[in-house]
Amino acid sequence: MRIALFATCLADTLFPDVPRATVTVLERLGHEVVFPLDQTCCGQMHVNTGYQRNALPLISRYVETFEPYEVIVAPSGSCVGSIAHQHAMVARRHGDERLAQRAAAVARRTYELSQLLVDVLGVENVGAHYPHRVAYHPTCHSLRLLRVGDRPLRLLRRVSGIDLVPLPDAEVCCGFGGTFALKNSDVSTAMLADKMRNVLSTGAEVCTAGDSSCLMHIGGGLSRLRAGVRTLHLAEILAST
Amino acid sequence: MSAFLGMPAYAPRGVGHLRGDEPFPAAARHALGDAQLRRNLTKATTTIRAKRASVVAELPDWEELRAAGHSIKTATLRDLDQHLERLESEVTANGGVVHWARDAGDANAIVTRLVRATGATEVVKIKSMVTDEIGLNGALAAAGIAAYETDLAELIVQLGHDRPSHILVPAIHRNRAEIRDIFLREMPDVEPGLTDEPAALAEAARRHLRRKFLTATVGISGVNFAIAETGTLCVLESEGNGRMCLTLPQTLITVMGIEKVIPTWADLGVFLQLLPRSSTGERMNPYTSMWTGVTPGDGPQTFHLILVDNGRTAALADPAGRPALHCIRCSACLNVCPVYERTGGHAYGSVYPGPIGAVLSPQLTGIEENASLPYASSLCGACYDACPVKTNIPELLVHLRARHVEEARAAKRVPSAEAITMAAASWVMSSPGRFRAAQRAGRAGRLVSRAGRIGSLPPPLAAWTRTRDAPEPPRQTFRQWWRAERGDLR
Repeated sequence: MRIALFATCLADTLFPDVPRATVTVLERLGHEVVFPLDQTCCGQMHVNTGYQRNALPLISRYVETFEPYEVIVAPSGSCVGSIAHQHAMVARRHGDERLAQRAAAVARRTYELSQLLVDVLGVENVGAHYPHRVAYHPTCHSLRLLRVGDRPLRLLRRVSGIDLVPLPDAEVCCGFGGTFALKNSDVSTAMLADKMRNVLSTGAEVCTAGDSSCLMHIGGGLSRLRAGVRTLHLAEILAST
Repeated sequence: MSAFLGMPAYAPRGVGHLRGDEPFPAAARHALGDAQLRRNLTKATTTIRAKRASVVAELPDWEELRAAGHSIKTATLRDLDQHLERLESEVTANGGVVHWARDAGDANAIVTRLVRATGATEVVKIKSMVTDEIGLNGALAAAGIAAYETDLAELIVQLGHDRPSHILVPAIHRNRAEIRDIFLREMPDVEPGLTDEPAALAEAARRHLRRKFLTATVGISGVNFAIAETGTLCVLESEGNGRMCLTLPQTLITVMGIEKVIPTWADLGVFLQLLPRSSTGERMNPYTSMWTGVTPGDGPQTFHLILVDNGRTAALADPAGRPALHCIRCSACLNVCPVYERTGGHAYGSVYPGPIGAVLSPQLTGIEENASLPYASSLCGACYDACPVKTNIPELLVHLRARHVEEARAAKRVPSAEAITMAAASWVMSSPGRFRAAQRAGRAGRLVSRAGRIGSLPPPLAAWTRTRDAPEPPRQTFRQWWRAERGDLR
């Protein structure tokens, strides 16, 4: 299958190993990955901070860049959640019905990585090997916007050598929330403290999730504490052999 | 006749409790530093969450009930004027008197006048959000009328000279040791050897309140639901103290927000299943009281119903914001909210805290007056999943953030630093070439990183690095790697 990769602006810029791992996994499974170079950002930060008008050109860009492709994947539940639930809504709110319809059509073909693997490609065992103790944090938007359910866990359980440990209060937000982490830094940090306490209680070496943004938050806290626990994107574990 | 009526009025300043003294982030910071408060909140919300989850799981048609609740509220608000007029005519036909209050000031003045007309200087009150919203107790006190809260938790708040911090359990921020101290300090008739056993505390409150019930001639209530087709009002409660207030006094004065009306008894059936499970985590609440006007020789012989707007038609005027008026005040969204669990209700400033407060209060007051509230959420979505009437609170928050930005843009000549940053980010991100250039510039971050982490960044990112490290920008972005490995070909 020919799959267009939306790297997401954050991972492209700060966590390039995540889209690289996505390419590795999909190519290992025998698929062709293309990276449309005109892509930038889904615009979620603008929408969620109230700047919908500034998000419009980014939504247009996403739609124009990915409209030619049948299947699109992004290693982020949050960005795919925004594409699925916000693009058409924002276009419509600004009176652009045509863009809204095009955005909705592209959104229907845009998948988060675990959705693509399990639902579209029908794969749970991606042939990965990762001999470490891992705790999985289900990110809020993958869980409650996209309803990925246990798909990421089903993929992780089939990784050979992995010691997957349950994370207490896993479904509680880590406190990232985009610009929430800056505007409400104290509350965000209080939420992060509880998330880190739960991660540390598992004795895991690695905390994984399907979103680089939440992992940047959890990882930034663990790093500040010199906790000795790393964060690693789901794609990177699935790419390991 | 044609007249331009303009935008409906917001809830006025200077009366009632819909605005805080400081923005949410500052108020939250104080709350986060209170270790006792954090412990009390975690314990209480964890307990209620578990109870709710178990009783909700019992119903195979829970999702259908939520959808029905949502549909009834949506349809009712669409023809709100007609349902309210029906309610008025039915209440009037059954011997009640209906009053319309444009705002908190109006409502307080009407209630004060009605109480004064009876000659009473004391009233007993059922727990009611709208009377907290309009600041009724303060208005009555200013008129020389003492209002006694009879709900146990409201009594604790009142005796503690405190403010409610939760819709259902307003004293959630207090533990039983603190409650014992308040009772010993503030109840003139309390046993000096009072312990902090729940049964002992309840008994002390019971003895204290019983005297009030037996002497008060005026009762004041809110409502959970007002059924338009028969003019019947409905209050759900746990303690039975509300039943006392509704039946013992000669005069009953009921204050309700105009969004509380539902068309029919069949609609009530849906909400009686949704509300107790969502609020107290019970299959059915212990006391459901209903009354229709007055009944000769039985219960209050004078009944007044005050219909309060106080910003509700302003919220109604925005179709995207309107679902905030669907709320049935169960507080399930508070109990599952990770922000509320850590800050408690006082940080929200308004009597309506938590996720629903963050979307309701700014719409009642005008967004500019509660501008920090729509941002008081990480948009995690737990509230939407818990809401018994399926209000998409995260979507409402995003909508109100957009309204806030748009209203600020329309009102001010000079854009804020944030608006400039967002416009610049949009300009950069709307062009792949500019985005590549920005990525290259961002690599300067490597100069300040130590051992792969950045410990300190300038504003506005300083708020990030105050408590978390930032990642070191990589040598190569993904797109550089792709071009190097795969070339420009797609």
